[in-house]
Amino acid sequence: MNEIIEILEKDARITPEEIAKMLKLKPQTVKDEIKKLEKNGIIIKYKAVINKELVRREDSLARALIEVKVVPQKDLGFEKIAERIYSFPEVTSCYLISGTYDLLVVIEGKTIHDVSRFVAEKLACLENVRGTVTHFLLKKYKEDGVILKHKQENKRIAISY
Amino acid sequence: MRNIISKKVEEMQPSGIRAFFDLVLGMKDVISLGVGEPDFVTPWPICEAGIYSLESGFTSYTSNKGLYKLRLGISNYLKDKCGLKYCPDEEILITVGVSEGVDLVLRSILEPQDKVIVPQPSYVSYGPVTELAGGVPVYINTAKNGFKITPQELEKNIDKKTKAIILNYPSNPTGVSYTRKELYEINKVLLKHKVMAICDEVYCDLTYDFNHTHFATLPGAIDNTVYLDGFSKSYAMTGWRVGFACGPKEVIAAMTKIHQYTIMCVSITAQMAAAEAIVSGRRFVEEMKREYKRRREFVIDGLNRIGLTCHKPQGAFYAFPSIKKTGMNAIDFAQSLLKEQKVAVVPGTAFGSGLDNYVRISYASSFDNLKEALKRMEIFLEKRR
Repeated sequence: MNEIIEILEKDARITPEEIAKMLKLKPQTVKDEIKKLEKNGIIIKYKAVINKELVRREDSLARALIEVKVVPQKDLGFEKIAERIYSFPEVTSCYLISGTYDLLVVIEGKTIHDVSRFVAEKLACLENVRGTVTHFLLKKYKEDGVILKHKQENKRIAISY
Repeated sequence: MRNIISKKVEEMQPSGIRAFFDLVLGMKDVISLGVGEPDFVTPWPICEAGIYSLESGFTSYTSNKGLYKLRLGISNYLKDKCGLKYCPDEEILITVGVSEGVDLVLRSILEPQDKVIVPQPSYVSYGPVTELAGGVPVYINTAKNGFKITPQELEKNIDKKTKAIILNYPSNPTGVSYTRKELYEINKVLLKHKVMAICDEVYCDLTYDFNHTHFATLPGAIDNTVYLDGFSKSYAMTGWRVGFACGPKEVIAAMTKIHQYTIMCVSITAQMAAAEAIVSGRRFVEEMKREYKRRREFVIDGLNRIGLTCHKPQGAFYAFPSIKKTGMNAIDFAQSLLKEQKVAVVPGTAFGSGLDNYVRISYASSFDNLKEALKRMEIFLEKRR
């Protein structure tokens, strides 16, 4: 893997100048490389990873994973119906998967009611959707490789040989 | 009370920087670049193997030499990696870290007053453990040769009583390592004078600019070398305390004799975890190594920029810059830096005499910490210009 990607995936705030030092490259080379990664859509965006378990309750969101069974369309397969679903702003992730159903859709809403309403009124009644199963998220332990815990204390002794 | 303690131990020099260590430990919110262990937690598959072994009821002693499975794993790994052939039955012993290995080998080979060459700066235990084993450490300061011992310097210091040399590369505290060619020349001198090589290669996986050469792979070296290594640094397993010693079977047998009476065996949980480390831990080693290497470039560049001249270390996770320009000695430097800027480093004097112009900086710390520490050190130095 490109080492610049490895660095930015861990900490997107590290500057091109700092990366240049770490990898013994010219800052301009790193800048160009990052531009290229952005242009090619490999780096899509930079954002903070929020531990939502610690965010105040009124700001928190209800989330659900929805298993969706659909009827694929001639010539278009799953693409068209997937697009109709993932275009809703409530959908935060959408995957085509193998197994007993077709699409795994992650929905976010302010409350459980919002999510339920969305499933009942928007998703389940779409043409080509044959059925849905809704799983509400109760607790997040780990997300995108990050373990969601309170800040870890330092476990090493402060000085040693 | 005084008479209770043996003369030998009574005369051992306590570390001159103990007071400084206590000062660091008593202070809050310090950014410590004084830590001699990885800042990573042991990779989970390795921890899990330890936990699973407990759940499965593996709570007994193992054979004195260590779990056969672990010795076999080490043997196969070394064979695949560099063609080193050590028989798991007779030529490998599992020890409580490299620290125990150093003690065992010295106690196994030394007659009273035998000399052991210790190039300095060196890890803190070599001298005292040599003395405890009845030997006499012969310190050679290597600062003027870029912290490496040269074949000439080595030969000059060998006499009839010289039994062994302790070579530690990549080195704690300097990060310096030797190329194969340099080791080849050293080995020739050792073979010529029948001086044994005790090689602490615990940082071997953290070598950045060239491939690490295991001393025992040099021509004729395998019968004259005790190779000490462990899981602490490569796999971030310092607290598990698992090391190993590989060497000629007579030496390993002698070491095993002492080990069986003093230690019995390494904790089975730790050995089980170490066996898993060999199987599934390599990708973590590679990942951590890349991270250390990037930090090295950043830190060395930073130190030289703020005016602390620093050679480029080839391995481990230490830099050993000169503080000569500040006009301060190492302990004053470390103490003032700690008090004024809350950054901890280890004075060079901890690693031998004549090292008053140096401090050890460990970059086994997060990138954010390193960046902040360099900033604070720059302020500290600017105030003194």
